Amino acid sequence: MALASNESAPLFSPGTSSTLRLIAYLAATIVLMVADHRNEYLTRIRWGLSAAIEPMYRIAAWPSQVARQASMAITDRDELTQRNQKLSEQLLLAQARLNRLSELRDENQRLQELLDVQHSLGLGVQLAKIIDVDTDPARHRIIINAGARQHVQMGQAVLDAHGVMGQIVEVLPNTSTVLLITDASHALPVTIERTGMRVIAHGSGALDRLELPNVPISADVKVGDKLITSGLGGHFPAGFPVGEIRSIANDASGMFSAAVAKPSAALDRSGDVLILQPLPDQIGPPAPAPQEGPPASLAPTAASKP
Amino acid sequence: MNRARANSWLFWGSILLCYLLQLMPLPQALLPMKPYWMALVLAYWALESPERVSLGLAFILGLFGDALAGELLGEHAMRLCILCFILLRFRSRLRFFPMWQQTVAVFALLLNDRIVLLMVRACAGDPGPVPTFWIEPFTGAVAWPWLFLLLDDLRARVRATDS
Repeated sequence: MALASNESAPLFSPGTSSTLRLIAYLAATIVLMVADHRNEYLTRIRWGLSAAIEPMYRIAAWPSQVARQASMAITDRDELTQRNQKLSEQLLLAQARLNRLSELRDENQRLQELLDVQHSLGLGVQLAKIIDVDTDPARHRIIINAGARQHVQMGQAVLDAHGVMGQIVEVLPNTSTVLLITDASHALPVTIERTGMRVIAHGSGALDRLELPNVPISADVKVGDKLITSGLGGHFPAGFPVGEIRSIANDASGMFSAAVAKPSAALDRSGDVLILQPLPDQIGPPAPAPQEGPPASLAPTAASKP
Repeated sequence: MNRARANSWLFWGSILLCYLLQLMPLPQALLPMKPYWMALVLAYWALESPERVSLGLAFILGLFGDALAGELLGEHAMRLCILCFILLRFRSRLRFFPMWQQTVAVFALLLNDRIVLLMVRACAGDPGPVPTFWIEPFTGAVAWPWLFLLLDDLRARVRATDS
């Protein structure tokens, strides 16, 4: 580097880009990166800059929104009527299924009360829209239009109509970031619906693949088995669909088999998502049992004593 | 005075636009082909108007890019600083290259940028890159001549309206 700069010294303006400065700036970036990696300063800075960041997201998402609206506007009547008809049929079907399910739920509740089990928690959800921006294609993250002001919290699970999408990893005042289950750094505990076996589903970095390494060779796993959340990690409530096994093969070591699953949520499509309200932490002793014995009105009082 | 103001409008406008382009959604298949717009726009200004561009500016722009993309703080800053340093060092050669040679040089710069990114990500403990990770320098090199001509034309227009 020194040789090159000597050779052509008169051609260059030496002040603008001295090597010393470069080294100073690079050292500064390295210090920042290490500090951020250890301490997550970035989240605080992003929170501070959110007034500048959030409008940028909205503006960047604007062209695709316009395009979508334009395509909606020029769709012809026939197509719309067809779609409408299809949707109302689906609604009818879903309605019928729901009615059946609500009966089942009531029955389930009665049985659980009979068994004196604490019944499953009612799940609250919150609707949010995906803001169509892309921060980095190498990472599977989406940005949604609900944030701290809408009471979104870190770690909440995000779903769509078909299954689990991911979890909230960062919250800004009006937007938040969701880490998808297919991100290479994501893993979630699942069970195989048919057999109840517990496995961990890792993201693969491809939007249509989940990897299940370390499935015991003797385990009963078939192509087409459905994966549901096991609820063990504490982030995701149990019983939501995650994906479906597509292939099983021996892994490189030959000690385990590795399965590949297809996520059931439509991760590559944008639209509305559901944010699950956080499950209440059950810490501490259980609530006191209801009082037993005859009702208090029948209790003997001093006056009634002979 | 007026012309200087118009020029700085063009400068800051192009930088704002490249942030927006960087965030702009694309169909899933095209995503890995998105050029590194921030690098391309900064490269143009470093070549054509070096009195505006310094390592400090690259650093600040990079930090804002990190905040926007939610990357490790300093990642874009480091990439842009390195890019800017090489460009300013070899500016007087690159400037008088014919377009195709300039494009090749930009391609080499973007490839270098990918390698820097790979090193940073490896140090941060990320899993290795997918093959599509390497497409970006190619699309960046394809986009470069058009971006260069467009910005050159806009600058010439600013100059012409003033005189």
